[in-house]
Amino acid sequence: MTVTDPPSAQDPVPAELGEPILALLNGFIIELRNAGLPVSLTENLDAMEAVRHVPIGDRDIFKYALAATLVKHSNHWKAFETVFEVYFSLRGQEYVIGDDGELHELDDDQPDEQVGAGDQQGGGGGENLSPEELAEMLFQALMRGDQPMMRGVARQAVKRYAGMEPGRPVGGTYYLYRTLRNLDLDGVLERLLEQRQDDEGEVSEFDQRLQRDEYQSRVDQLQKEIEAEIRRRLVADRGVEAMAKTLRKPLPEDVDFMHASREEMASLRKAIYPLTRKLASRLQRKRRHGRKGPLDFRRTVRASLSYGGVPAEPKFRNPKPHKPEIFVIADISGSVAAFARFTLHLVYAISGQFSKVRSFVFIDGLDEVTPYFEGVEDINEAVHRVNTEADVVWVDGHSDYGHALGVFWERHGKDIGPRTSIMILGDARNNYHASESWIVKQMQEKARQVHWLNPEPRSYWDTGDSIVGEYAQYTDGCFEVRNLRQLEAFVENLA
Amino acid sequence: MLMSYRFEDVSSVKEDLAKVDYLSDEGTAGVVYLADRLQKPILVEGPAGTGKTELAKSVAKILDARLIRLQCYEGLDEAKALYEWNYKKQLLRIQTERGEDHDWAEVSDDIFSDEFLLTRPLLEAIRAEEPVVLLIDEVDRVEIETEALLLEILSDYQVSIPELGTIVATQIPLVFLTSNNTRELSEALKRRCLYLHIDYPDMEREKEIVLTKVPDITENLADQVARVVRSIRQIELKKAPSVSETLDWAKTLVLLGVEKIDEDTATSTINILLKYQSDIAKAVKELGTADGVTV
Repeated sequence: MTVTDPPSAQDPVPAELGEPILALLNGFIIELRNAGLPVSLTENLDAMEAVRHVPIGDRDIFKYALAATLVKHSNHWKAFETVFEVYFSLRGQEYVIGDDGELHELDDDQPDEQVGAGDQQGGGGGENLSPEELAEMLFQALMRGDQPMMRGVARQAVKRYAGMEPGRPVGGTYYLYRTLRNLDLDGVLERLLEQRQDDEGEVSEFDQRLQRDEYQSRVDQLQKEIEAEIRRRLVADRGVEAMAKTLRKPLPEDVDFMHASREEMASLRKAIYPLTRKLASRLQRKRRHGRKGPLDFRRTVRASLSYGGVPAEPKFRNPKPHKPEIFVIADISGSVAAFARFTLHLVYAISGQFSKVRSFVFIDGLDEVTPYFEGVEDINEAVHRVNTEADVVWVDGHSDYGHALGVFWERHGKDIGPRTSIMILGDARNNYHASESWIVKQMQEKARQVHWLNPEPRSYWDTGDSIVGEYAQYTDGCFEVRNLRQLEAFVENLA
Repeated sequence: MLMSYRFEDVSSVKEDLAKVDYLSDEGTAGVVYLADRLQKPILVEGPAGTGKTELAKSVAKILDARLIRLQCYEGLDEAKALYEWNYKKQLLRIQTERGEDHDWAEVSDDIFSDEFLLTRPLLEAIRAEEPVVLLIDEVDRVEIETEALLLEILSDYQVSIPELGTIVATQIPLVFLTSNNTRELSEALKRRCLYLHIDYPDMEREKEIVLTKVPDITENLADQVARVVRSIRQIELKKAPSVSETLDWAKTLVLLGVEKIDEDTATSTINILLKYQSDIAKAVKELGTADGVTV
C-alpha cells in the first residue's frame, strides 16, 4: 500500500502548475475573501500545494482539495460552492447565450408573459421538440430518476424558457424563476404520484409519503441542474468576476434578521439551538471553575489533623451555583416582525436551557407567554399560539413601549429580584408615545442586569420615532443585534 | 526524513476503505489522500454518529498501523496528553543514591532521562517507530487554552520537553482530530488542519452502508430502510437519526424478520432511531401524512 516512488513519476499533474491556473486560483481566493471567508495566507499556500497533488481533470476532487484547505467552517460551504461553481464552471461555445433559440426571443421582443408561448415556435431552432414533448421527457426523467436525461431536460428548459439576454446584469434568480414557472414542477410532482398510484393501486399514506420524498429529491436535483445551467451561461456571457460579484451573498452569520429570506430564516433557526447550548455550557463551566466560596472552617480543621494540627490545607466551601432568572421582553409588532419571529425561537431555545425563564411579548399591550413555551415540543406551534392568542393589542396595535412597559411594571415588577437578568428586544420605535423610561431605570435598580437588543443598524438609532437612546441610558448595555455573529458576541459577553 | 506516500491516488483510498467496510465519498477519500500528501492533520467535523471516529480507525486498519487515541475531556492537561515524569521512580532513585557519594548534578541529569519519562498518547505517536495513526477524539471538549498543547505537534510533529530537549517525529503520523462542534475551535488550530465535514450520507450511500454493515439484510429491505431514514431526517427534529442508529434499526428489522416496512413496523420500532419522546411523536405524526413536510 505504501508508495515510495517520487511524486513526479506518477503524478498526473506536472509539479509546476501552469500560469493560467495560478491566476485563476488567485482570483478565486480573492473572491472567497470578498465573500467574507477568512482565508489566511497559510491556507492560501496550502491550497496551491494541495492542487498539485490532485489530477486537475477531476473536477470533484479538485473541488474537495480546495475546500479542505480553504473552508474551515461548515457554514461557509455554501458560499464556497457558489464561488467555485462560478470560477471553475464548465465553459465552451455551447453555453454562449443567444446561439440559437434565444435569438428569436430577442428579435421578437415579447413581453415576459408570452415568451414561454411565443418561444414554442421560435425555439424550434434548438431541438425539434414541442413543449409537450419536453414536458413528457421531464416526466419520464423524473419517473426513472435518469440523471443524464434530467441534465438534458434542464439544458433544454433553460434554453427555451429562461429568455436569457446577453449582457444583462442580473444574478440569475429571475431566469430561474421563469424557467421553473414554465416547467410547473409542482404539477409534475402530483402527476408522478398519481401515476404511481395508478400503477400500484391503493397504497398507504406512509408509502405515499416515502414516494413523495423520493420524487421531491429528484425534483430538487433537477432544479439544481437548472441553476447550474443558468450559471454556466451567465458566466460565459459576463465573465467570472462580474458573475461572482452578483452572486455574492452574506455568510449565514452575517444575514440580517430583518431582511432574511425564508430559506435564510430556516437556517438561522437551526443555528440558534447550538448557540444556546454553547451559552449554557459556558455558564456551567464558569460555575464549576469559578472562584471558590468562603473558607470552610470545619473541614479545614479536620484536614489539619493529618498535618499534626497545622492548617496546611485550607478548605473552601463550594460556591453557590448561580441560577440566573431570565426575563425576556420582546416587541412583536410589524416593524420588527421578522426579528420577532426569530426572537421567539431564541426565547424557546433559551427556556430549554435555563430553569427559570419568563417571556413577555408586547405591541402596545403586554402579555406573558411563558406557558406557551412550557412543555411544548413544536416551536412552530408555540409561535403560532403566541401570535394568535397573546393579548398584546391595547388600542390600535402600533408599538407603544411606554404603555407596554407600564403594564409590565404594574403586573410583574414585583417579581424582579437581584438575580434577574432582563433582556428587552425591540427597535424602540415608539410612534411618538411617551417613553416612560423611568420604568427601565427602576428595573435596572432591582434587577441584576438589563440588556437591550436592537435589530436596527446603529446608524438608525434615535432617528425618526426611535427613542432607543432614552432607554439605553438606564440599561447595562444596548446592543445592535442584526445577525448571528452579533448575537453570538452578545451571548459570549453575557456568559 | 523518508518521503514516502501511503496512498497512490484518491480512488485507491476509496477502494481500500471500502475493503474494510468503510464506505467513503469522494470528499472524504480526497481529504485523507491529501492529508498524506501534504502531511497535515485532518480536522473532522459533523453531527454525532456519522462515522468520524470510525474513519480514523478504518484508515489505521488499511495502513496496518497502530491507532493511538487521545480522548479529550474537560480538564485534560499536559500530564495526560503529552508526557509526565515518573516522580515515584525518581524519588526511589534519589534515595538509593543517597548513601553513596554522588554530586547533585549527576543525579539530576540522571533522573531527568528517558527512563523516568512516562509517555502519553501525543508523545507516543511522535516517538513510535512503526506506522501509527493518531486520533484526537472530540477535541472541542477541551478548554480553548488547552488547545495550545496540540499546536506544536500538529504543525511540526515535535514535542519540546524542557529537561530533555525537542523530540522530533521519526515518521509523520496521520493525525485525525474529531469535533462535534459544541464550540468554535481556535483559528490557530483550524489553520493547521485540513478540514473535512462529514454529514449524513445521501440515500444511496446509506443503503450501501446498511448492506455492508448488516449481515443477512436483503437489498430490498436496505433500500426501504434508507428511504424511511431519509424522510425522517427531513423532519425538523431535536436529534436526527445517525448512521449508527440506522444500522441498529436495520439489524432490529432483520431480527424481527420484517420484509416490508409499513407504517406499523416503522412506528413500533422508531424508538431505535429517535431518542427523544417529542421527536418520536412528531415523526410518527409526520410519516402518517402523505402530504409531506408541513413547514
